[in-house]
Amino acid sequence: MSKNNERYALLINYEFCTGCHSCETACKVENNLTHGQWGIKVAQDGPRKLENGKFEFIHVPIPTSLCNLCEDRVNKGKLPSCVQHCQAAVMSFGPVEELAEKISKPQMVIFTPV
Amino acid sequence: MAYEISEYYQKHKGESQWQDGEYTCTRTTMWTGPGCHNGCGVVYYTKNGKVEKVEGDPYNPFNLGKLCMRCLNYVEAASSPERLKWPLKRVGERGENKWERISWDEAYDLIVKEVRRIQSKYGPESIVAMEGTGRNVIWQVPYLCYAGFGSPNFTLGFLSGESCSMPRLVTEAVIQGDFSFGDYSAHFPDRYDNPTWKVPGVILIWGQNAIISNPDSSLGHWIVECMKRGSKLIVVDPMLTWLAAKADYWLQVRPGTDAALAMAMNDVIIKEDLYDHDFVEKWTVGFDEFAERVATMPAERAAEITWVPKDIIEGAARLFAKADGAATTWGVSVDMAVAGVSAAHAITGLWSITGNLDKPGGQSIIQYAYDLGMAYDYGLEILSEEVKAKRIGNELPLKQTGYGATAHSDTLLKQIENGGNPYPIKMFWFQSTNPIANMGAEAPRIYKAIKSTEFNVVVDLFMTPTAVACADLVLPCAMSSERWSNRNWWMPLAGIRKVAEYEEAKSDEQLILELGKRLNPEMFPWKDDKEWNDWIIKEQGSKAGITYDQLNDMIYSYDHFEYYRYEKGLLRRDGLPGFNTLSGKVELKIGLFESWGLDPLPWYQEPPESPYSTPELFKKYPLILTTGHRSWEFFHSEHRQLKLNREFHPDPLIKINPETAAKYGIKEGDWVWVENYRGRFKQKVKFEELHPLVVNAEHGWWFPEMEGAEPTLFGVFDSNSNNLTTMCQNGPTGYGAPYKNQLCKIYKVTEENSKILPSEQVTKLGGFNYVYK
Ligand code: SF4
Ligand code: SF4
Ligand code: SF4
Repeated sequence: MSKNNERYALLINYEFCTGCHSCETACKVENNLTHGQWGIKVAQDGPRKLENGKFEFIHVPIPTSLCNLCEDRVNKGKLPSCVQHCQAAVMSFGPVEELAEKISKPQMVIFTPV
Repeated sequence: MAYEISEYYQKHKGESQWQDGEYTCTRTTMWTGPGCHNGCGVVYYTKNGKVEKVEGDPYNPFNLGKLCMRCLNYVEAASSPERLKWPLKRVGERGENKWERISWDEAYDLIVKEVRRIQSKYGPESIVAMEGTGRNVIWQVPYLCYAGFGSPNFTLGFLSGESCSMPRLVTEAVIQGDFSFGDYSAHFPDRYDNPTWKVPGVILIWGQNAIISNPDSSLGHWIVECMKRGSKLIVVDPMLTWLAAKADYWLQVRPGTDAALAMAMNDVIIKEDLYDHDFVEKWTVGFDEFAERVATMPAERAAEITWVPKDIIEGAARLFAKADGAATTWGVSVDMAVAGVSAAHAITGLWSITGNLDKPGGQSIIQYAYDLGMAYDYGLEILSEEVKAKRIGNELPLKQTGYGATAHSDTLLKQIENGGNPYPIKMFWFQSTNPIANMGAEAPRIYKAIKSTEFNVVVDLFMTPTAVACADLVLPCAMSSERWSNRNWWMPLAGIRKVAEYEEAKSDEQLILELGKRLNPEMFPWKDDKEWNDWIIKEQGSKAGITYDQLNDMIYSYDHFEYYRYEKGLLRRDGLPGFNTLSGKVELKIGLFESWGLDPLPWYQEPPESPYSTPELFKKYPLILTTGHRSWEFFHSEHRQLKLNREFHPDPLIKINPETAAKYGIKEGDWVWVENYRGRFKQKVKFEELHPLVVNAEHGWWFPEMEGAEPTLFGVFDSNSNNLTTMCQNGPTGYGAPYKNQLCKIYKVTEENSKILPSEQVTKLGGFNYVYK
């Protein structure tokens, strides 16, 4: 994926990913994916009790090899569908370098599916 | 992360419609069906009169471009081949699922004939109109009932104790004169950037997984936005939800004991002198009596009752009281207990005594935008006092005095079962309600009741178990994109624009209008649904000063909102400072309850069946069954026919603590029977962090892929948690019912014990008879 020969990516602030499945659904609908196929899949860890008495309960959406970073949408000036519809607004799209600068806190990850 | 608006949508800012290649794009509001209680802003992409794509509208302040999976998959729902396409008349026996296509005119003629016959033979009150959870039929069906049928009996699909919102709403109405919501900046079009708004210091989430259930006019993910901005959480929930895992305090309450917990939290706050003296002195009445009453529920006692440790009750109470702004979001779990009204009373007490009412980041008092509030009482004034007095359940004081226009479902059921005393029920009109799948507690008993009448009509999107079981006529309803309507719940006022058609389906307004013109033309003067909406916006919502077309062009309109309105005389009709109650103050001791001979202070009562109230029964049924929690994929009994939603969630799930499962030799993924003396149902086991004595089953399950005709009836009783709940066990106000606190036992499903499935048992073999082995 490139507009100006830059690599594009997704940045996820997974501290606040609620596991709502909007990204998965948005992607399935946008890319017309069949039953059993996913362009992005949410992984879950927990709920698990930590020694300090708090709980770990994490979701991270993982783009798969079927993710094309919504090339058609992006070329039209739209955000990737998963990014636009993420209910917790924890996803960003942009050039890898720009996203890397946004890594400002714990529990963030950058994916470069293509 | 900021809300980003793409170049594409920036280019179309301010436009309500534009062309994008072969698509026409329309910005408007989504409201059911299908979907939920909210009105998210959408952009429909249509081609040849069909919706081909749906996106969230990034310029709508309500959802800021986001959609949940139900609306994201709207196209599958709207174009589903299983949708009802035209009016269908029953040809076989009820339950045989045999139909013939008829025209709308034939359908209307048949209805008019039956309505006239029943009106003259038994009186109009023999007709009962019902709907499921309000939403986009909230005012139309009541209007048809009152103005079209001339009956006062509009009711909510056999919802026992009206225990969805109504207990909370009436309690708020008598205590503080208005409804209120946690303040997540929803009333401002600039949302989180509004300079007068403040992020809540703490958010108390009581009996609700808000991010999934998306409560009335509030998106659960607004809470997540507040968390990003620093809000702490207190979560009251028997199950460890994502929100509970992120909370500073998780109160793992025993289902049905919320009133005790809330009383104790009030007691801690008062005893430790953490309450807002200034607010309490100036703006409340009955504080001393309230304090005395909650003192009967000290944290030690509440800990025994609720199973929440004392130090957690105290810690949560302190955090709430000391917060700079405490917002509360509460769910139907509060209502779904015999002590539901009392729990609501005590929780209202929490935000009142801490001075959180009507303040930034606290509890916002909400009113309808431009005073345009259309609800269950729309058209009620048309009926004579004499007819109104015949309303079922009218003897309940809250009904008599105008709090809640609905007829009382439990009393209705008893009236049918007692052979029709004081008058028989002869016709049901079901519009968007599927009570045997979902709403009615004790589903097998409801099944008998709905079959008992002479004539029934079902209006819905799909052929439902309720329709197959009892309808004589089934009418197809339009989905959200196929209707001219408006959304006037609180804020904002929004237009709903028709962009598509589907076969012969009609909007609720259009169908009711056409029928109303035949039944009582004087009360249905509007030409069509659009004109009716225009009249509503212009007449009822005259303060907005706009027409319906203008509203649709604007998409939505926010009324002015400000805080501390009680100080400025902006809440009362008489313009005096204070709250819209008889005393003008927050009534911690409820004056109206006292005058009706009801306890004016909060109280606690054990659920009718529990380890403590029925210890013998508990030996036989050693687990507490809670039910009714939401999932991302479905809303109540909707969406089961959608392949995408079912891919995520193919089977009904019962959540069990792994320890408990091990005790019964059950693995994750096993199917189990859940049983008590009223009946049984089966669901698939999923492990969750729950109290070992509590299991949590899903509701609303039926299987559109299964045979519709009886005895299968889409398997509606096979996995139905309402085989185990009960009607007619309400609180003293008539509100509140123990949906979420029953006893049960579980055992593995085997071929041996599954020879007769519940649907067959109920439809063919006369029901469970409370002795099934
Ligand atoms: S960027 Fe597009 S293709 Fe990739 S996961 Fe998101 S929605 Fe799917
Ligand atoms: S849409 Fe956002 S919040 Fe929801 S699962 Fe995906 S990343 Fe998480
Ligand atoms: S909350 Fe979800 S189902 Fe409800 S209107 Fe919004 S997108 Fe649709």
